[in-house]
Amino acid sequence: MSQSKPIVNPILEARSVDAYFGAFHAVKNVTLSVRPNTVTAMIGPSGCGKSTFLRTLNRMHEEIPGATMKGQVLLAGEDIYARGIDPVQVRRRIGMVFQKPNPFPSLSIYENVVVGLTLAGVKNRSVLDEVVERSLKHAALWNEVKDKLKQPGTSLSGGQQQRLCIARALSVEPPVLLMDEPTSALDPISTAKIEELLVELKKDVTVVVVTHNMQQAARVSDRTAFFLLGEVIEYEESSTLFSVPKDKRTEAYITGRFG
Amino acid sequence: MTSATSTVSPTSGSSRPRARAVSMAQVSYRDIRRKWFNRFMLGTLGVAALVAVLPLISVLYYVFKQGIAGLNLEFFTQLPKPVGETGGGLGNSILGTLTVVMMATVIGLPFGIASGVFLSEFSRSRFTYTLRFCVELLAGIPSIILGIFAYALIVVPMGGFSALAGAVALAIILVPTVAKTTEEVLKLVPDHIREAGLALGLPRWKVILRIVLWGSRAGISTGIMLAIARISGETAPLIFTALNSQYWPHGLLEPVSTLPVQIYTYAIAPFEDWNRLAWTGAMTLVFFVLIANVSMRLILRRKA
Amino acid sequence: MIRNSSDRRFYGVLLAASLVIVLVLGAIAAYLGQLAWPEIRHSGIGFFFKEEWDPVNGQFGAAAFIYGTLVSSLIGLVIAVPLSMSVALYLNELAHRRVAAVVGFMVEMLAAIPSVVFGLWGIFFLVPMLRLHVEPVLGKTLGFLPLFQGPPYGVGMLAAGVIISIMVTPTITAICREVFRGVPLTQREAALALGATKWEMIRLAVVKSSWSGVFGAIVLGLGRALGETMAVTMLIGNRNEISASLFAPGQTMASVIANEYAEAGGGPHVAALAYVGLALFVVSFCINFGARFMIERLKLRKAAA
Repeated sequence: MSQSKPIVNPILEARSVDAYFGAFHAVKNVTLSVRPNTVTAMIGPSGCGKSTFLRTLNRMHEEIPGATMKGQVLLAGEDIYARGIDPVQVRRRIGMVFQKPNPFPSLSIYENVVVGLTLAGVKNRSVLDEVVERSLKHAALWNEVKDKLKQPGTSLSGGQQQRLCIARALSVEPPVLLMDEPTSALDPISTAKIEELLVELKKDVTVVVVTHNMQQAARVSDRTAFFLLGEVIEYEESSTLFSVPKDKRTEAYITGRFG
Repeated sequence: MTSATSTVSPTSGSSRPRARAVSMAQVSYRDIRRKWFNRFMLGTLGVAALVAVLPLISVLYYVFKQGIAGLNLEFFTQLPKPVGETGGGLGNSILGTLTVVMMATVIGLPFGIASGVFLSEFSRSRFTYTLRFCVELLAGIPSIILGIFAYALIVVPMGGFSALAGAVALAIILVPTVAKTTEEVLKLVPDHIREAGLALGLPRWKVILRIVLWGSRAGISTGIMLAIARISGETAPLIFTALNSQYWPHGLLEPVSTLPVQIYTYAIAPFEDWNRLAWTGAMTLVFFVLIANVSMRLILRRKA
Repeated sequence: MIRNSSDRRFYGVLLAASLVIVLVLGAIAAYLGQLAWPEIRHSGIGFFFKEEWDPVNGQFGAAAFIYGTLVSSLIGLVIAVPLSMSVALYLNELAHRRVAAVVGFMVEMLAAIPSVVFGLWGIFFLVPMLRLHVEPVLGKTLGFLPLFQGPPYGVGMLAAGVIISIMVTPTITAICREVFRGVPLTQREAALALGATKWEMIRLAVVKSSWSGVFGAIVLGLGRALGETMAVTMLIGNRNEISASLFAPGQTMASVIANEYAEAGGGPHVAALAYVGLALFVVSFCINFGARFMIERLKLRKAAA
């Protein structure tokens, strides 16, 4: 894998990560560092392991029956896979937004946003109110829903639901936010809104986003990693990767010769 | 909560639950409490499973422990003795159950299979919705009500209790059970098999009988066996249709002793000898029902 | 498509057989009504509000049986519903595949055991346990409530309720398992990704969105509870009276029929019992109808989503 100058003080660092589904080796020896307050994109053809790798970053991979992994993932220097570390603690610090928006249908918009806090036992109404407003503003959804916070989370459009999920993930103020193809199920306008959002978000959060859409990666990310068959082929500043990629395979992919 | 690397929060707020703690070594009291509450609740789920399974174990244990004592050839071949005399058996009840169940199957099976086939193969008919609804309702009727029906239908005009009346009541229980499993099994047959038969020039009825029904015979037989096992254990509809008797079955139009009814009679009686016979009878019944269920399930699993 | 005459005949045979089933359903209602008519004409609806049940003097009132049916079913559900939900969650979410297969099978086997065998076990095991261990303790600790007062007979409403709960558990568990399995993976992932513990995930994603399905399971369980006859008859004490205490003997609609029908001499007694049977028929009909309706609606809503 080719990579330009190393990152000092990365907030998230993967070291020789392998991921398996039973015997199938889905992610092969990936080493990657993420600088704080950046947007990092992961691109590659379908089935190349980028989503699987993403899920090893917040210990969601192990929730699948038969799934295992090897290696280390360091959050601010601490290995999240160290013995004795509770996955629950990891996931509170590394949030995730999924491809298909999944607000809880039995909760209102308000309740959806703060569910992370209410689970933690926060009951103070004024605190919750403040977090709701802050998170929804952060997700560029406040103005659209501020008058209907009591309505069920699923009463919104697809793009709004996804922003609701982003607000929900942000409400617990995680240092890192993982996004698994967040706009692939949305219409172009919602997609554009969320892309704008990503650029804004990196002031407070470090974002790692898996995307199928190369133009999106080029637009929003600072660094991009190109995945192929479970390996990282190239990991580079986005401006460089998309204009003068170092690896032939990267060039083939971004010029549309496959995938 | 302190943190190793803290970042400035956008808004102030002393009542905020926490700042952006990154270090996972910092675990709050609340987190610990959540963790232990989680373990506790998951534990109670496991306990619930244990509690749910205990009655089964207890019933099986007692039935076999108490019943095995009276298990001998006499039990299967002899009539019950009068009160006070030891020995005797429930041979008449076992024979009676076989008789009544066989009659009920003969009466009910054609209707059960026919309606099951109808529901599966002619599901576009207007009548289908009504039929399915009726089958469901019939299945939900308490079996004792079916006893009253059989009483009114047969016992009253005939002027007496009979095995036939009991068989009719049991047949009505059999029909919806068989209909539902037959429909389910037939629906599993993919449509292209039917199309293949039709394409060969076979009339629809032959396709259904020779190909679809015949091909599903394992599943259907299983359903029938399970239904028979079920009606063998039914007591309520027999109490005032087939009634009971202390003699060998002597006619389809006469009262007959059946195992469940006899178990009931002997269980509530204050005589120890009778209680003992009840246990052995229960053991026989449970044994039969369990074997039927377990073997049918194993057969289904092997096919799948 | 029915083209030729042999197909038409075949269809006709099936149709005729199926029609018989529909007719039988109607016939049951009709015959019940006919048997019960003398008492219906005599007492009308007031039949269900009178407590006095005196075959000797021809005075019949079913209030005690309505009460008994309701109370025993209620106890049965109060015990069985949380238990069954927990078992369903355990089997679906917690247990290893093989353990779940075994335990799930055992729960299903509970449904295969004949009612009379439960009654037999109840008489010689459950009743003594209640009489000697459970009811005295309940009486001492909660005896200030009229529910737990009176001598601990063992047989009675509590025993009937417990046996109903055992027999209804397989039904409710099976439906709950299906309902819980239907919760999409995305919901579970959403909860877990937020840092929810496994229990929190279950509560938030699985249970919270399944209440309508669980409600359907409860209604179906109630339908089964109403129809349980033999075990209840053997454990309820067979006293045709309303009593506040759960320790007291009672009678349900099904158990009075089981007890008295065979020896019911004379028209009025049989008519009164048939009237009770008709009421039971109507109630279980409505409950099954209601449950079916709810489940159909749930299916439609899921299909539209």
